[in-house]
Amino acid sequence: MPVLNMVQAINLALKEEMQRDDSVVILGEDVGKDGGVFRVTEGLYDRFGAQRIIDTPLAESGIVGAAIGMAVYGLKPVAEIQFMGFIYPALDQILSHASRVRARSRGRFSCPLVIRTPYGIGIKAPEHHEESTEALFCHTPGVKVVVPSTPYNAKGLLMSSIRDPDPVIFLEAARLYRMIKEEVPEGEYTIPLGQARIAREGSSVTIIAWGSMLHRTLQAAEGYDAEVIDMMTLSPFDEETIYNSVKKTGRVVIVHEAPKTCGFGAELSASIAEDAMLYLRAPVMRVTAYDVVMPTAKLEDYYTPDVSRIRKAVEEILKY
Amino acid sequence: MPEKIIESFQIRRLDILNEKGEANGPLMPALSDDLIKKMYELFILLRTFDRYALNLHAEGRIGTYASVLGQEASQVGSALAIEKSDWIFPSFRESGVYLSMGYPPRMLLQYWSGDERGSRVPDDLNIFPVCVPVGTQIPHAVGAAAAAKYKGDKIAVVSYFGDGGTSKGDFHEGLNMAGVMKLPVVFICQNNHWAISVPLKQQTASKTIAQKAYAYGFDGIQVDGNDVFAVYKATKEAVDKARQGGGPTFIECVTYRMSDHTTADDAKRYRSQEEVDAWKSKDPLLRLKLFMEKKGLWSEQYGKEIEEKTKEIIEKEVREKESTKDPDPKDMFTYTYTNLTLRQMKQMKEVES
Ligand SMILES: Cc1ncc(C[n+]2csc(CCOP(=O)(O)OP(=O)(O)O)c2C)c(N)n1
Repeated sequence: MPVLNMVQAINLALKEEMQRDDSVVILGEDVGKDGGVFRVTEGLYDRFGAQRIIDTPLAESGIVGAAIGMAVYGLKPVAEIQFMGFIYPALDQILSHASRVRARSRGRFSCPLVIRTPYGIGIKAPEHHEESTEALFCHTPGVKVVVPSTPYNAKGLLMSSIRDPDPVIFLEAARLYRMIKEEVPEGEYTIPLGQARIAREGSSVTIIAWGSMLHRTLQAAEGYDAEVIDMMTLSPFDEETIYNSVKKTGRVVIVHEAPKTCGFGAELSASIAEDAMLYLRAPVMRVTAYDVVMPTAKLEDYYTPDVSRIRKAVEEILKY
Repeated sequence: MPEKIIESFQIRRLDILNEKGEANGPLMPALSDDLIKKMYELFILLRTFDRYALNLHAEGRIGTYASVLGQEASQVGSALAIEKSDWIFPSFRESGVYLSMGYPPRMLLQYWSGDERGSRVPDDLNIFPVCVPVGTQIPHAVGAAAAAKYKGDKIAVVSYFGDGGTSKGDFHEGLNMAGVMKLPVVFICQNNHWAISVPLKQQTASKTIAQKAYAYGFDGIQVDGNDVFAVYKATKEAVDKARQGGGPTFIECVTYRMSDHTTADDAKRYRSQEEVDAWKSKDPLLRLKLFMEKKGLWSEQYGKEIEEKTKEIIEKEVREKESTKDPDPKDMFTYTYTNLTLRQMKQMKEVES
């Protein structure tokens, strides 16, 4: 079985899905000849040609808007937005249209598209290259939000996303692209959307994370009897796995690299308070980035949760 | 009823200084020897800055950097036609504009090393910080021009962007508004033929970028972007016109990005060496030097003096940048709002501890 990093695993998923289904097309900036700025689409242009791997003009609203048109017409577009910080021009199309094609047409039309975009910290790039604004999309009914944390999951989740009949925002942690390698089988396997996974079992505290923060969380969990949940899909999210874990541990820490206020941790925390309140032995704690504009390289490391901040929260919550 | 032609347009193209260093007499703007030398000296400053920045990146001392090699004439030529009281909204590849306007080189280096204090524009300059999202600065320039018009200030506003930037919705929205409101704004597109790996042909199907202006109801002109005199002349006319209430102008500078897109890019993946080589003979610096030689404004000794002086300046700037202490983590809280929120105050305490 090949040992692949995240870039290679995603590339493999794209290649296999394009081979299997000729309605799958890729569009975006620099995805063709250049193979994408992170090389995620490398080799696909040579294999599938300019008709299926489309280098578009520099126009995010156009890319997503056109992908919507392609999708309603019967293709399965996979649009790449070069960095999450450049998805904002496309928000209009995602929020105003992709999310509500099905609802607006009372089921007559659907919009099976995937928008892939690298997100998050760790690459020390200029402004707008390290954003983590997943909450914007989780707040939008009608789109699904998927965040893999390992190469194996990335491949299985991307295959499911491409096959999903609704729009999916597929977030790839830039920091993880080449950080971890693992065995990734060739050929078909899917991981259902909407399911979380227990990344580590434990019984005294539940720590919830996703994407690149999962790995810091696992590191922080060492030495504690902590259960770590990898969300994998943020919207719709897996309430069952979370509540079952809360029943067991009674304590919850949520970790994310987006700012605290109105981050997705707020949704999780409120849901746990609403539905699993009686199992809680302590308040739900959030370890997050700060409520400031995402700083550039020099201060990036101070901005995001690190292992010691996560441990501090765990220590504190264990005191209850 | 027969079909009629109700509108047609012509695109002007301005070339003044050719590759042999010969200037077209009647078109040549009246420039003092001092200004011509200043152009040359800024070219050298820019090349030196660029070389040092690329080296600093290679040594891991600054982060991603976007080179301006090859685009010096477009940047220096236009910037020298802009007054200090004018406002400028650049993109991320305008080091030449910043430096020509007097922005301290060490601050640009600081910016590229991820230290946001490098973006604190000196009080005597009306130039906006680097804009990373492509094309989004265009409507800002339009708004500033509307404000200047409203206040009755006789200034021009200049916005810079690349050929890729012209594909964005912001470009359309900005130019359309400028045309409708007849605003004192000058749009300068540096058509360097590539938007990362996407060539001009895949960016637009129109023959020139300049002609896009006609759809918005104002003049567009194409100039040789490697010809500093042509760029200067077109910009000077456009800013003067703007100041006199004549409305917007669009200038397409046809030039070429000689380096990779940024230090994170490898241009060999998508463009041929022959293409790059063909542009080497169009070097804006070489042309200006040949012209000055003919006029007796350039000598080996002058060339050497300028190079040495410039190298000293840049080395000093690099030293100063390198001896600047890293920003305090509290710095990230300071400017989100005028005053810290309660929650931020708590978060700031956490960072301190
Ligand atoms: C809205 C947006 N989308 C994508 C990017 C990533 N990106 C940075 S520069 C660039 C190409 C820009 O080309 P052009 O406008 O021609 O300017 P040039 O770099 O050639 O000077 C791209 C796609 C970005 N910065 N902003």
